[in-house]
Formats: sequence, structure tokens, C-alpha cells
Amino acid sequence: MRAPLRFVLAAMLMLAAGPVLVVPVLVLPVLAQPVTDAARGNISASEMELQATLRGDIIRGRITIPDSRAANLIQPEGREWREFHNVTLGWIGGIAVLGMLALLVIFYLARGKIRMEGGPSGRTIQRFNWFERANHWMTASTFIILALSGLNITFGRYLLLPLFGPEIFAEATQLGKIAHNYLSFPFALGIVVMFLLWIRDNIPNALDVAWLRAGGGIIGHGHPPADRFNAGQKMIFWITVLGGGLVAASGYLLIFPFFFTGMQGMQLALIVHGILAVLMIAAMLGHIYIGTIGMEGAFDAMGTGQVDYNWARAHHSLWVEKEVVRARSTIDGTAKPAGAD
Amino acid sequence: MARMKFLCDADRCIECNACVTACKNENEVPWGINRRRVVTINDGRPGERSISMACMHCTDAPCAAVCPTSCFYTTADAIVLHDKDLCIGCGYCFYACPFGAPQYPRVGNFGGRGKMDKCTYCAGGPQADNSQAEYIQYGANRIAEGKLPLCAEMCSTKALLAGDGDIIASIYRERVQKRGYGSGAWGWRTAYRQDVSV
Repeated sequence: MRAPLRFVLAAMLMLAAGPVLVVPVLVLPVLAQPVTDAARGNISASEMELQATLRGDIIRGRITIPDSRAANLIQPEGREWREFHNVTLGWIGGIAVLGMLALLVIFYLARGKIRMEGGPSGRTIQRFNWFERANHWMTASTFIILALSGLNITFGRYLLLPLFGPEIFAEATQLGKIAHNYLSFPFALGIVVMFLLWIRDNIPNALDVAWLRAGGGIIGHGHPPADRFNAGQKMIFWITVLGGGLVAASGYLLIFPFFFTGMQGMQLALIVHGILAVLMIAAMLGHIYIGTIGMEGAFDAMGTGQVDYNWARAHHSLWVEKEVVRARSTIDGTAKPAGAD
Repeated sequence: MARMKFLCDADRCIECNACVTACKNENEVPWGINRRRVVTINDGRPGERSISMACMHCTDAPCAAVCPTSCFYTTADAIVLHDKDLCIGCGYCFYACPFGAPQYPRVGNFGGRGKMDKCTYCAGGPQADNSQAEYIQYGANRIAEGKLPLCAEMCSTKALLAGDGDIIASIYRERVQKRGYGSGAWGWRTAYRQDVSV
């Protein structure tokens, strides 16, 4: 038994050692030559950086620490993000916000406050119930703080920092960042509730085309017929729901940095967030204008919830008719003339 | 004044991570934050190189350009430093930085970033030189003591060079001429819009 076993072991050892003995014979001549660029794999830092810049690529490698972001050696597209943040967003934001303010001032000077034709009737009709109004004001108030803190983080260093000095400005911006993070939650909730409450009355239809063609009564004088929401209000609804939804979604990518996406995703999220946010601010300036100083009787809809009958008939003729019919039908079913019993 | 730069000779770096350790120890860098790291590209393939990377103290630094509170400043030696008392931890500098240098301690709500921390070129911060307050916030200030950053001083193969840009570039150029090869100065094109021609 012992002799054959020894033989087998010897054979196994020879088989195992074979490659080890052969390999150096193949490798040694290569090592004997002087080391050239080609043998070492010819790479150039400058060339790789240039290529990465041109392709919008990242030079990545392997690291021995857990932070996977540290594996990015050089990401030249940070330069493009900087260009967006400092130049592109500045122009878009400046033109959108200041341009809208200028338009509104010009419009107010040209047209003035849009009065109710025939003046207020004194009779009112319920337009928004308390839940709709509460949700509107939760979304609106958080939006204003989100907008101001957002504008501050982009434009504050140019506008407010020279006025207040670095310490006060940094403290205020820090508080703004905390408010921006936390108030995003009631804002996003408000957007969702708004969507569920008002989607039914905001589906675009043929009436909207006619309304837009007639200039919506803002530019002309006649009031085209409209249901509960006219085409202008539907536009505000969709800007709020879609714009607000996307701003919130991109904002949550930013609030939880690198949880859901990598470097390029984070940069893209900030680009989307910034552009949509300044466009929404411009749209909401128009919305605030028409709801307050722009039009007589409009604020009551979100203030007390009761709008003047004449205002409602002028702006939402079809809605008023439906409300009147509904009010009559509910009375018909249950109420009886006084003294009937 | 000198124009301080880092240059990592990737043909000498052996990925020993002594620079990383030296930095962490000298500056008491908190757990989870790496001011310096070693990245290996083409790992296990021809052209494998290891590069020690930290803040490159760029000319026209992108971090400073995008900072909403303008907390960055450049010293007379062209070292890019920042004031942690003004930093709000927004993370913009990390998106703009080509080298992934800014680091943030995880504090507070959500993915909440604390005040940004990065390589100071061992030059501390805006507090009084070598004060306790400066050490706690920013780490050592070797520059004020007339010394160079410890990462480069500790490098056993002298792959990582720190000092005046012209001097370290001439050292590197001499090496490349003598040995006949070199992969170039990593990050120089991006940070300084300049290349080390041999």
C-alpha cells in the first residue's frame, strides 16, 4: 500500500509543479529587456484628463476605503456644473423672475385693477371649502419660504452678502437651508392633496381652447364661458402639480445626497431643481398678482371661500349655473314650503 | 511668494497609503472623512497606476466659485482654504470639485451634511496660527511653522511632492528624463490648466 501511495503523491507534485517550472522560462526574457512605456501600459495623465473633459467622463479607479465616491479620481464635468450654477441658472432665474415682475408692473400700469363688471352684487357663493383653502395656504406659505431660501442660496451672495456681512448672511442662509429641507415635506404633501382635490375640474377640454382664443377676459373685455376652472387656472394647476412634483422629486434626491444616484445624477438633479424652481417662481408671481391686486373679488375665493355672485358669473358662468341647479335640486328633495305641515 | 502645488508621480506611488494615514493623524481628521486618498486606475491591467489625491488647491477654484456663502479664500501661497464658521454644508463644492476633495461629516437630519472638511495643505484655517481653535476646526498648521504638508513629507518613495509648483515640476521633469518614462502630473491640466512637459 505504501509504495503506490508514494508514487501517486509524487506524480501529483510533478503535475502541480510543472507550470511553475515552465512559466519563468517564458517570462524571464521579457523581464530581461529594459522597461519601456509600452510594456508598462503607456498612459498619460494629461491625455486622460483631456479625453475625460471632451467626453464628459470621469476617471475612476479602485480605492481601499468604504466611501465609493472617493473612487472618482478626476471628474472634469464639475466645471460644466459650475458653469450652469454660476452663469446659466443666473440668467434663467434673473430673466424669469425679474422679467415676470416687469411684465406685471407694465400690465398693472396699462390695465389697472380688473374691476367686476356691474360692481359687487352683495350676494355670495361658496367657491372653496375650508379644507381646500387650508391646503392651498399650507402649500402657498411653504412655497414662499422655499422660494425665498432657494433664491437666497443662488443669488444671496451677490445681493445680500454685501449688505449684511458674512456672519449674519451665513447664519441666515444656514437657517434657510434647514427651513428649505423641512418645509419641503408640507409643500410636497400640499401638492399631492391639491392634485387629488382638483384634478377632476382641471382636465383640459374644448372650452379652454375657446377661452384662450378669447384672451380669457384678461386681455379683451368679454368673458368667455368657463367651468369651475378656466384655462388660465388650469395652466396654474398643471404648472403647480407637474412643476412642483418634479421640483419636489429632484429636491428629495438632493436632500438625501448619493442615496439614490451618483455624481452625475446629483448634478443633474440640481440642474432640474434650479431651472424648474425659478420658472415656478415666475409663474407664481403671476398667480399672486391676479389673485390680489390684479383683479377685484378674486382673493375672496381663497380668503373667505365665498365669492361675489357677479364675479362668479363673469368668470365661471358654467360653474355657477351648475351650482344653482344643484342647490335647487337638493332643496327640491327635502325642503317643504313654510307652513306646509 | 511661492505657488504651492501637489504633484503625484504615479510611476513611483506604491499605494502604501502612508500619506492617508499621516494626514489623518496629523490633522485629527474625524472617522469617515478622508482628506487624502489613493486611487488605483487600471487595477490589475497594463497601465495600472496609483495616484494619491486630495485638494489640488486649484487656480480659479471651482469650490470657491459655487459657494453660496463665499466661505473660501486663497492664501498668499495660493493655498485654497475655507472658513467653517461660514460653511452651511450645502454640498455644492463637492459637485463642482473635479477631485472629490470636499468631505462632509454626517450630522443632523436626512443626509444632512455638517461643515465641509478638506485638505488644508497643512495650513490650518482663518483662526490664529497654531491656536487650539484652529487645530480643532482645521488640524495642523505646518505651513506657519515653515514646514510642508505631512503627506508629502512622509512619502517613502517620494512619489508625492509638495511645494512650489515650479520646483516640484522641475524635480519631476528630471526624473522622467533620467528614467525615460512618466505618466505625467495627475490633475494638473484640470487644476492649473497647465501640463508638465518633458
